[in-house]
Amino acid sequence: MLNFIFRRLLIAVPTLIFLVVFSFLIMHSAPGGPFDSEKPIPPAVKANIEKKYGLDQPLYKQMLNYIGGIVTEFDFGPSFRYKDRTVNELIADGFPVTLTYGFIAFVFAVSIGVSIGVYAALHQNSWLDYSTLSFAIVGQILPNFVMAPLLVLIFTNTLGWLPGGGWEGGKIQFIILPAVALGTSYLASIARITRSSMLEVLHSNFIRTAKAKGLPYKTIIFKHALKPAMLPVISYLGPAFVGMITGSVIIDTFFSTGGIGLHFVNSALNRDYSVLMGVTILLGTLTILFSTLVDILYAWIDPKIRY
Amino acid sequence: MSLLSVRDLSVTFNTLDGKVHAVNGVNFDLEEKQSLAIVGESGSGKSQTVFSLMGLLSSNGTSSGSVLFNGQEILNLPENELNKFRANEIGIIFQDPMTSLNPYMKVSDQLMEVLIHHKGLSKREAFNESVDMLDAVKIPDARNRIMFYPHEFSGGMRQRVMIAMSLLCRPKLLIADEPTTALDVTVQSQIMNLLSELQQEFGTAIILITHDLGVVAGACEKTLVMYGGRVMEYNHTDQLFKQPTHPYTKGLLSAIPRLDLNEEELNTIPGNPPNMLNPPSGCPFQPRCEFAEQKCSDSLPDLLVNKDDTKRACHLDSDKIISSSREAQL
Repeated sequence: MLNFIFRRLLIAVPTLIFLVVFSFLIMHSAPGGPFDSEKPIPPAVKANIEKKYGLDQPLYKQMLNYIGGIVTEFDFGPSFRYKDRTVNELIADGFPVTLTYGFIAFVFAVSIGVSIGVYAALHQNSWLDYSTLSFAIVGQILPNFVMAPLLVLIFTNTLGWLPGGGWEGGKIQFIILPAVALGTSYLASIARITRSSMLEVLHSNFIRTAKAKGLPYKTIIFKHALKPAMLPVISYLGPAFVGMITGSVIIDTFFSTGGIGLHFVNSALNRDYSVLMGVTILLGTLTILFSTLVDILYAWIDPKIRY
Repeated sequence: MSLLSVRDLSVTFNTLDGKVHAVNGVNFDLEEKQSLAIVGESGSGKSQTVFSLMGLLSSNGTSSGSVLFNGQEILNLPENELNKFRANEIGIIFQDPMTSLNPYMKVSDQLMEVLIHHKGLSKREAFNESVDMLDAVKIPDARNRIMFYPHEFSGGMRQRVMIAMSLLCRPKLLIADEPTTALDVTVQSQIMNLLSELQQEFGTAIILITHDLGVVAGACEKTLVMYGGRVMEYNHTDQLFKQPTHPYTKGLLSAIPRLDLNEEELNTIPGNPPNMLNPPSGCPFQPRCEFAEQKCSDSLPDLLVNKDDTKRACHLDSDKIISSSREAQL
């Protein structure tokens, strides 16, 4: 098992290098640059700025400098847009915020999603099943940008229970609405995957065997059915978790939480090369990390895939 | 008092296309330590008959009638009442050993939980008992292999594990639902031999469900032939083989390939089993029966009990069918 984890992490290195090189090249080959604006600036000024950021050098040199900076000093460079701020600072400011509300969104989505899914499967075709299922479908199709204002309308404007935005260093009342708005669609997906997977397991032959053994209902569900039913859910959870802890531009914009979700879109629109690379590498690393974690969980559950 | 007494057992499934009457008024008795074979083609209702008495029908199935086990009614008992019988008094072995064991649990856990739940044994006692049972079903090196997962066993070995699991509580009745269908022929005979040995050793009554009459011949004292969810014939196995009195039994027997005759083609019963959504009028076998007469499609033949406790459901004279077999043999 340790051997397997080690091998998986080893494969992550070339994957990350490929990710860096490929996104670097794509980013630079797109027309336009960080200092192009509608009002043309004098060529001499532009040349000076580009020189300052090293954009006058050939592409391969830029790339080597960039990778060299990361490897030797863990320096992801300065932001091209936010003057006198480095990428490290931007991520250090924003990532803890998204990590906080993203993690809470994850816990919320998994705990309630799995419970709803199991409950619906155990009461298949009852009105409870249908109502949870329709709730799940509504939750899945309601996009963030509808969910967020809806929550604010209900919990801030009408009931006045929770603040409609801000972060205040992560006080719990400021986390709830962003986390719920972010987590609901994941919750709905998890509930649906859990339900269908649980149904499939409940109709399998080994559950019939467990029934024939005269075991109590609870033992059959929790000891025999739940583990295999969780397999498809777990493979969904890896990417879902990364998606949640890296936040979303809509949540960050709507609730003014100041997470890094905003940087994903803005850096691409602004051609803020270094920030774009920084968040791409962050996302890539997290994705690799959590898909490895999913594989480990899989192997723990399913003895047929012990590596 | 019989160990098992089944009266007017019917099983119905509600499907989107309508009601399917899979089992219609089945009657039979089983004495202690006796062995009974239930034979018939796919879809004849033999598996659903035993599933219903174990309460294992799928959720759209309902059963009616009466099933007395040691004089106690067990049909349609609530789950927690039924659980006292399952595995404890009635064990069952399923058709497909590849999927009938839980692939995510060690064999040891799957065996031990039966004893811990029903007999209240400690983990250690349950473990030792389970190892002994694996020894009894002739799994080599049982003490080590009990720690394996099901996928680390071959098909035949998995079926042995299933058999061990069903016998752990020394049930009075063992139901084997086509235990050898998914296995290759050499393993089949090993499993059948094992079952008869264990039956002697533990004094268990057995219901063997199969569509392979060859399997039945040496294994069971009595045979119940089912078709279209109904009992066609019930007799001592050797009597039934020697002198089938029902056209369907006769057809099944002549479909067994014979090594002593140089046959070009295998004998078959023409036609297909009936669609139970829309069963034929009268006797269910009538559309495929070579002896069928007008009265066969007009009315359903009653299951008549003879003096010697054999049963038969056919409008025609048994002599007519017996004599036709003789002619064919001559």
